[in-house]
Amino acid sequence: MPVITYRQALNDALAEELERDENVVVMGEEVAEYNGAYKITEGLWKRFGGKRVIDTPISEAGFIGLGVGAAMMGMRPVMELMFWSFAYVAYDQIINNAGCVRYMSGGLINCPLVIRGPANGGTNVGATHSHTPENFLANTPGLKVVSPATPYDAKGLMKAAIRDNDPVCVMENTLLYGDQGEVPEGEYLIPIGVADVKREGTDVSLIAHGRAVLTALAAAHRLHEEFNISAEVVDLRSIRPLDEETVLASVRKTHRAVLVDENKPFCGVSAQIASMIQERAFDDLDAPVQRVCSLDAPAIYSPPLEALQLPTADRIIQKVLAIS
Amino acid sequence: MSVTRAEKPKKTGRNPVDYATAAINADLTKEQKLGFLADMLRIRRFEQASLKLYQQGKMGGFLHLYIGQESVAVGTLALMGENDHAITAYRDHGHALVVGMSMNECMAELLGKATGCSKGKGGSMHFFAPDKNFWGGHGIVAGQTPLGLGIAYALKYQGLKGCCLTYLGDGAVNQGVYHESLNLASLWDIPVVYIIENNQYSMGTSLARSSASKSCLAERAEGYNIDWDIVNGEDLYEVRAKTWDAIERAHEKCRPTVLEIDTYRYYGHSVADANAKKYRKPEEIEFYKQNHDPITLWENRLKEEGILDDAGLKKIDEAAKKEAAAAVQFAEDSPFPEVEDIFSDIYYEVDMGTESGQTGRHFFND
Repeated sequence: MPVITYRQALNDALAEELERDENVVVMGEEVAEYNGAYKITEGLWKRFGGKRVIDTPISEAGFIGLGVGAAMMGMRPVMELMFWSFAYVAYDQIINNAGCVRYMSGGLINCPLVIRGPANGGTNVGATHSHTPENFLANTPGLKVVSPATPYDAKGLMKAAIRDNDPVCVMENTLLYGDQGEVPEGEYLIPIGVADVKREGTDVSLIAHGRAVLTALAAAHRLHEEFNISAEVVDLRSIRPLDEETVLASVRKTHRAVLVDENKPFCGVSAQIASMIQERAFDDLDAPVQRVCSLDAPAIYSPPLEALQLPTADRIIQKVLAIS
Repeated sequence: MSVTRAEKPKKTGRNPVDYATAAINADLTKEQKLGFLADMLRIRRFEQASLKLYQQGKMGGFLHLYIGQESVAVGTLALMGENDHAITAYRDHGHALVVGMSMNECMAELLGKATGCSKGKGGSMHFFAPDKNFWGGHGIVAGQTPLGLGIAYALKYQGLKGCCLTYLGDGAVNQGVYHESLNLASLWDIPVVYIIENNQYSMGTSLARSSASKSCLAERAEGYNIDWDIVNGEDLYEVRAKTWDAIERAHEKCRPTVLEIDTYRYYGHSVADANAKKYRKPEEIEFYKQNHDPITLWENRLKEEGILDDAGLKKIDEAAKKEAAAAVQFAEDSPFPEVEDIFSDIYYEVDMGTESGQTGRHFFND
């Protein structure tokens, strides 16, 4: 199977969907002639032309709103946010318009819009560029939120997002763009709302999404090597809709759960997962559910410290050992 | 400090330019002209009936009345062709009725009934009828301005000769997203027509206290290289003539326009606006009612033209009152939505029962 980067997987997904459906357009800051700030859209403008791949001004509220209006008319715009942090100036368009228009119209309108871009800390760009708003977005009924951790998932989820008839927020990660992984040549989709067990284990469930999945896998490897603890790693892949059954099945098997989340802890995604586990699998637990989140402060700039602010394998291992 | 427009005495005589002879007006039939009167009266009678319901405590939330501004919706929306679309803000009842939404579905929506245009899920500020090219009904000031841009963008992308009439109030011109929309509209040659309904008050704050300008709000378009015009909203002929120019510019040149239509609302920002008569003098409101009421002025015009008499007027008005009364009855007789209806119309895929809609948990209740 070919090995390609997460970046290439996204690029392939966009190209295939642009090819497949003329209602798809890709729009965002520097996505066309500049080939994308993070080169996710490299080559698309040259291949598909300026009608399909469009550079916008730095004007998130304006162009995301435009995308919502176009989606209401039946187009399938894929809007790039250079950083999901920049969504904060387009929240009215994302939450009130994309998220609520179907409901407020009594189901007369739908909004097949994709908003995508990186949502991560860890690149030493300070608090304004390091937000992880998947919890805020998933808090809005009407929006869907996915967060791929691997090239395979990135391609399959992106294609599913573009074909979905509801607004989907795709939370990527600049630290993953260069990661390589196996991606089949033929077409495939990954249904939104299906989690994936990335590593099987018997002693503890590490439940994560996005890059935290890789941190959890690193911790699982060391738990096995150094402590002979068998950790299972569950990748949510989709935050909303949520595959609760895969998470619960894992917890019922291992009886212990440590949730790993690059969100801040207060009302973060893992808080929802913890609530769900205690509600539905309380009797299966042999220990309290633990969480490893980003340390609860704005993202710090200082490079060595920011690395410690995000969840680390060390912190995951400590939590696991504390309940084992 | 400059005086507000409200303090300036407006001219009360006939418009020095007679827009009745403009091409878009010259061929109007008697029936069409009477139809405009009927539509304006329908809006007014509908809203007067809704006000009674509000005062009886039968309605929740806000009620933003359009009374006094009827000539704007009627004068502009009647010009829509097959590929022309419209979107507005929360003062949306007039627009809804003119595009052809029924009084019944609108009144029922106000009461939160299942028979409402949004099944009781949107309320007064959120009326929609995409089958009539009407895209709402938006509650956040200026929130509709980039959506109208996107609708017009889609029309152009699809190769259709159309435009999107995108309405906003005078208070909306100070929101950033409106300016972002103007920039994109001009930069990308998007066939959108922004129609500022200048009723002189941004909620309870007068124009002079809220907006900086040299002479008017529309002229800000100049900075974006967008054509603009000022329109006397009480003259239906002028509203039609100048709006048609903008629609033609969109259709033929794919260029945006900003129109600023001077108008006036008799009620507060919403009915809950307790200070409606404190931030402006009652005499001012009375002055407008007596001298600038768009319905009265249109009635007079049609009488002058010899196509309306008192009996004819009474007949049209009685029909509007009767329709409004029937809508009240329909709304009152209609059922409320069921509790389980809370969870439909959120995700298309769930509503349609698709595989996507049945994958994963979408709602997180107890």
